[in-house]
Amino acid sequence: MLTAATDPGAGSLPPTKSPARRAVSRIDLRHLSLLAVLGALVVVGALTKPSEFLSTDNLQLILTQASVIGVVTVGVTFVIIGGGIDLSVGAIVALASVWATTVATQEYGLPGILFCALLVGLGCGLVNGLLVAYGPMVPFIATLAMLASARGLALQISDGRTQVVTVESVLDLGLPDAYVLGIPPLVLIFAAVSVLGWLVLGRTTFGRRTVAIGGNPEASRLAGIAVKRQRLLLYLLSGLCCGIAAFMLVVLTGSGQNTNGNLYELDAIAAAIIGGTLLSGGRGTITGSVLGVLVFTTITNLFALNNLQSDVQQIAKGAIIVAAVLVQKGRTSS
Amino acid sequence: MAAAPLLTMSGITKSFPGVRALDGVDLDVEAGEVHCLLGQNGAGKSTLIKVLAGAHQPDEGRISWEGREVRLGSPVAAMRLGIATIYQELDLVEHLSVTENVFLGHEVATRGFLRVRTARERAAALLRRLGHPEIDPRTLVGALSAAGQQIVSMARALSHEVRLIVMDEPSAALDPDEVGNLFRIVTDLTAQGVAVVYISHRLEEIRRIGDRVSVLKDGRVAARGLPARTTATREVVSLMTGREIAYVFPPRPTRPYGTPARTGDEATTDRRSGDSGSGTTGPEATGPGESGSGDAHSWDPWSKDPRPQDPYAKTTASQDSVPHDSGSQDHVSQDPNPRYRASQDRRSEDHRSQDHRSQDHGPEDHPSTALTPQDHDPRSGPTVPTPLTPPLLSLQSLTRKGEFAPLDLDVHPGEIVGLAGLVGSGRSEILETVAGARRPSAGRVLVDGKPLRPGSVPAAVRAGIGLAPEERKAQALLMLEPVSSNVSLSSLGRFSTGGWLDGRRERAAALAGTRDLSLSPADPDRPVRTLSGGNQQKVVLARWLLRECRVLLLDEPTRGVDVGARSELYALIRRLADEGLAVLLVSSEVPEVLGLADRVLVLREGVVVHRAPATELDEHRVLDLVMEGAPSC
Repeated sequence: MLTAATDPGAGSLPPTKSPARRAVSRIDLRHLSLLAVLGALVVVGALTKPSEFLSTDNLQLILTQASVIGVVTVGVTFVIIGGGIDLSVGAIVALASVWATTVATQEYGLPGILFCALLVGLGCGLVNGLLVAYGPMVPFIATLAMLASARGLALQISDGRTQVVTVESVLDLGLPDAYVLGIPPLVLIFAAVSVLGWLVLGRTTFGRRTVAIGGNPEASRLAGIAVKRQRLLLYLLSGLCCGIAAFMLVVLTGSGQNTNGNLYELDAIAAAIIGGTLLSGGRGTITGSVLGVLVFTTITNLFALNNLQSDVQQIAKGAIIVAAVLVQKGRTSS
Repeated sequence: MAAAPLLTMSGITKSFPGVRALDGVDLDVEAGEVHCLLGQNGAGKSTLIKVLAGAHQPDEGRISWEGREVRLGSPVAAMRLGIATIYQELDLVEHLSVTENVFLGHEVATRGFLRVRTARERAAALLRRLGHPEIDPRTLVGALSAAGQQIVSMARALSHEVRLIVMDEPSAALDPDEVGNLFRIVTDLTAQGVAVVYISHRLEEIRRIGDRVSVLKDGRVAARGLPARTTATREVVSLMTGREIAYVFPPRPTRPYGTPARTGDEATTDRRSGDSGSGTTGPEATGPGESGSGDAHSWDPWSKDPRPQDPYAKTTASQDSVPHDSGSQDHVSQDPNPRYRASQDRRSEDHRSQDHRSQDHGPEDHPSTALTPQDHDPRSGPTVPTPLTPPLLSLQSLTRKGEFAPLDLDVHPGEIVGLAGLVGSGRSEILETVAGARRPSAGRVLVDGKPLRPGSVPAAVRAGIGLAPEERKAQALLMLEPVSSNVSLSSLGRFSTGGWLDGRRERAAALAGTRDLSLSPADPDRPVRTLSGGNQQKVVLARWLLRECRVLLLDEPTRGVDVGARSELYALIRRLADEGLAVLLVSSEVPEVLGLADRVLVLREGVVVHRAPATELDEHRVLDLVMEGAPSC
């Protein structure tokens, strides 16, 4: 009988629910409510600015804007599900974008810029991960320190100047000519990162271990999971996402600046939270985070189209975060 | 009024889901007496003092204070009456000073402004009264020793107008000098008319300072107000034991366990060098060890563990005994997968004749016998090699400073070894150290004769060790996750190729595993948090079985499991042992250890005070040992 446990292929098969029922049960209610919010925002946009909001240009703009912060959010979502927090993402994006656009780096063209951005992201992630996992330091403190020093280093390298990119192949990526079926390449990168993140979280041992160490680190440790190594890998992943985002930002703005990625940490954490990720770890989805990013970006776009100041945007964002967390609480306690 | 006792509790009943913690408990405490409360773990002492402290509300029953009926609706209400509780787990704020802790919640202040100096002077006065003028009220509590912290706790109790102090095992964390001071304080308090409810497992303490003793057993009062100094130990112990709920324990295999022979590591390693693949042989079962059963009490606690006889003796015991030279040992099986003992047994029957043949070969025919005894322990003297199955799990002088003394122990496939002892006796620490979750300060753990990397859980898991920890929810389960991912947690690699999980296979395996343990409902998608305690424990066991674990460490396997489900778990644990697992069991419930284990080690404050086959012990004897620590011989 123990052979049955060890050889699942033979003998008893689980009572599988019908595929349709399982699919339905898999769609998180929270995602439905986020989709509803997104739908409502689109309706509001279509009603208030019918011609502008639904134009191809505007939709491309929304998606492009969502892409950079979206990639960062995917990384942050992993870190939060794993029971950590990463406050340094914005600063890492800034440092990577600056480092990747120095005159020296630009000599190597697109590959040089891309490689450098990813390497800087990974490097910062490595430092974060080593501090958190093996320090061991509280993630909040370790990444706060990284926030401060990465931004400082970015300022030092750029000397506060905007570093204009002169590499044609990089700039071309942001032009309409590079769009694939009307979709900007940056959006494709975001989509690829999201799908990959979704697969990794749900379908790999890495994802499962992330959920485990976030949900119950002690149980994971006693179950034989290398908790420290997993933590390190999570911060590396987050750093890598920052590197990708930095490259995207370079393409988008045609420059590298030490002020890039300002407050990305807050936007990314907020998007993950309203997407249903528990700040204490152990639960969360990439789908929710992506929806969260889209909701935020759409709000920003709507407010801009209606000439509302950014202060109003900030207040609205705050209200949404509170509402989303209250909805979460109501659901988990029931 | 004057005749009424200070406190009377009558008919106190308190139920928790699945457990009736208190069932009509009566207790009365007179002013100025030391009233001792005795009972085994789980007898209801903690619940009773929490009711007294206002932390739990009783379902039924009345509490009177100086003859007047009162309701202890909250800790504040109890405090107002003058009831203070010093919990075993001290509830102090480490980052605050002594003064701040003493007056926590009732700060010395005028209109919200702290009167720091007055508070400090009052704290100093309290510390002087407690005989500890050397504690500076300004030091942070975190910087004090355990004893110092306890003094602060007591000062906090005395900072109220206290009439009754409840002390929950106050001496547990103290060394003998400090215990002396504690007693002086208790005597002072009672001289001032303060009543003390004193909980301790140490009978000698109760003799020294107690006036009366009440005994709790299974949530009921077994004896009320016995004279503390004159009641015989035996009587007290017998009041604590003899529980009414009879659990059904699975029968032990009729193996000649409990036939210890003094053996050393040399024998162990020799035995390890079996030729692989062959079935086990029986002849060894009738070795000299079996005739040595009169020996049961004669080893000293630090010597190598008594070795049980070949568990397969049942099937082959009829065979002739053979000389116990190394040549005869080498065909003792070192089966690579001892879990499948049932099939092994069958196989050994089939191969009996073959085994006979191999007995005639000398060592030179078996190159494996040339293996050097790499684990030779210099302390073990000349030993009589007793041919047996090699131990699956060996602890060699395993030590953790301050937690448990050097421990030597062998656990064989098919065997359940129980560790009996009180909370804090080092039981859980031993299991966690074996599992690699704590790093030993000395000694080592061997599985199948191979030493493990110390302090590494992954290494222990790879070697086949699985721990079902004491706090299931906190230490074992992902409460938000479904059964399937909880079961597969330690074997994710099995269901993945290049890191990608095969969810179908994982789910199917989890289902098969949980069905095997008759988890109900056998639904792998069900969140673990919705399962009962017994079923949650099965999920943990299923995890380790799926990992093909061979050494199972069970820490309080039936805690939080309701009575009905216990027998089922017991049967399951025995079945797993019969399938060839080595089981190390820890439980506060003596009957559980005695009923389930083959051999029992009794622990007291980190030291093994006795080892014996379970059948040679009774609850009485174990409790005597646990509480008095009397040496076994």
